[in-house]
Amino acid sequence: MTWRVEVDRGVCIGSGICAGTAPGVFRLEGERSRPVQEEIEPQEAALDAADSCPALAITLRTESDEIVGPRP
Amino acid sequence: MTSTDTEPVAYPFNEAASLTLAEQYDRVRDRDGLQRVRLPYGEAAWLVTRYADARLVLGDNRFSRAVAATHDEPRQSAGRLTGGLLSMDPPEHARLRTLVAKAFTVRRVEKLRPAVRELAESLLRDMVEAGPPADLVDSFALPLPVGVICKLLGVPEADRPRFRVWSDNALSSSKLTAEEFEASRNELRAYMAELIAEHRKHPADDLMTALIEARDAHDKLSELELVDLCVGILVAGHETTASQIPNFLCVLLDHPDQFARMREDLSLIPAAVEELLRFVPLGVGAGQPRYATEDVEVGGTLVRAGEPVLVAIGAANRDALRFDDSGRLDITRTDNSHLGFGHGVHHCLGAPLARVELQEALRALLLTVPGIRLAGDIDWKTEMIVRGPRAMPVGW
Ligand code: HEM
Ligand code: SF4
Repeated sequence: MTWRVEVDRGVCIGSGICAGTAPGVFRLEGERSRPVQEEIEPQEAALDAADSCPALAITLRTESDEIVGPRP
Repeated sequence: MTSTDTEPVAYPFNEAASLTLAEQYDRVRDRDGLQRVRLPYGEAAWLVTRYADARLVLGDNRFSRAVAATHDEPRQSAGRLTGGLLSMDPPEHARLRTLVAKAFTVRRVEKLRPAVRELAESLLRDMVEAGPPADLVDSFALPLPVGVICKLLGVPEADRPRFRVWSDNALSSSKLTAEEFEASRNELRAYMAELIAEHRKHPADDLMTALIEARDAHDKLSELELVDLCVGILVAGHETTASQIPNFLCVLLDHPDQFARMREDLSLIPAAVEELLRFVPLGVGAGQPRYATEDVEVGGTLVRAGEPVLVAIGAANRDALRFDDSGRLDITRTDNSHLGFGHGVHHCLGAPLARVELQEALRALLLTVPGIRLAGDIDWKTEMIVRGPRAMPVGW
């Protein structure tokens, strides 16, 4: 099973929280966040990052398009 | 490459009773490598003043806040502020931060805007009714963020005189001895523990109740972590905003042309707030040193594992390599990724809320007292790590 990582760069405010929380998953490019890879192994750090994003710019989905992060 | 044995210079640089950025920063920023500095307490540190270096240190997990607890951390006060989000590293930091992050997202905070607007307007109506001169801090800048954070967290606003003293002490510089600092912090913790006990008996629709639930039903945090999280949010949640409201007004009164443009076009307010966050160096000096956990090169200096680095946000925000005409206030500036709320995992939890408060504060001032002016000398806080008026007499 893998998760798909999306960052809405239009609403990202470049806080750097995600890249610090899950450095293998997010990195900053041009002062905005971008997924390092589009598909990742399910992991707590990525969920934490999605939960912590102040702009709610991060979405994590399963292969069947179910949203797993941010958690409700 | 500079080496560790360079003689450290005395720090902080900024004058307490003003909002200027010390000239020393310009000299240090333009030089290769990092500057060695010595604060009134703790070991010597490296000082970062450039924007790119600041983002590197704040955004890279090779720099730790938690490690500071095992060192004689460079600081401005004899006592030390331990506990809370700012003393933790990922992943423990994320465990606590995710519990509170949802309460401060842009979307959630936007829902509070009407209430913030109403409070800002009603405070100013009362001020105008009482007649000039008024102290802007006491009648507006302080009660606005205090009112907002008390309601959100679940702290009785009537207790303001009590927690105000502890909160001031928590952010004080040299004034207190280590024992006094410690005693004050323990009183604040005891007060918060009392409120938590009260909330356990009578749950309410507030953040404190939600955090209690996270502890009691889901065991997500310890009792002390719960107390310190609430303390941190209460202190950080009003002092900074209460300082920046009068600070922003001071700067705008110094730039009457730009202030006038805002009056004519209120849609300029959000960009103006971002520019003011960039332009106003809030701190007397950098705090919360980051400790390198391995050797890392920063701005031409090799920072060794175990060495502390201080990030001067106010200086980085005036770095000409990042901001055109960096020393000039330009309320229409675009592409303004300032570091006024920090960067990385500790990026200000309350940033979306602070933005709403600052925007609404300026809007209410522009609409209610468009002719606001100073009506006497500002009494500056001089024994705090954040700068701003203790009292600001205004007329209109
Ligand atoms: C104009 C107002 C404000 C300014 C300029 C400001 C600035 C900052 C800065 C620069 C940091 C990062 C410190 C560091 O990395 O060393 C920070 C962290 C923090 N701020 Fe704010 N802040 C403001 C308002 C608020 C408000 C309204 C809250 C209310 C919740 C708040 C809560 C916090 C907390 C809890 C942290 C620590 C976050 C962490 O360690 O994860 N701040 N703030
Ligand atoms: S946490 Fe959110 S706002 Fe911050 S950099 Fe990541 S995506 Fe952007």
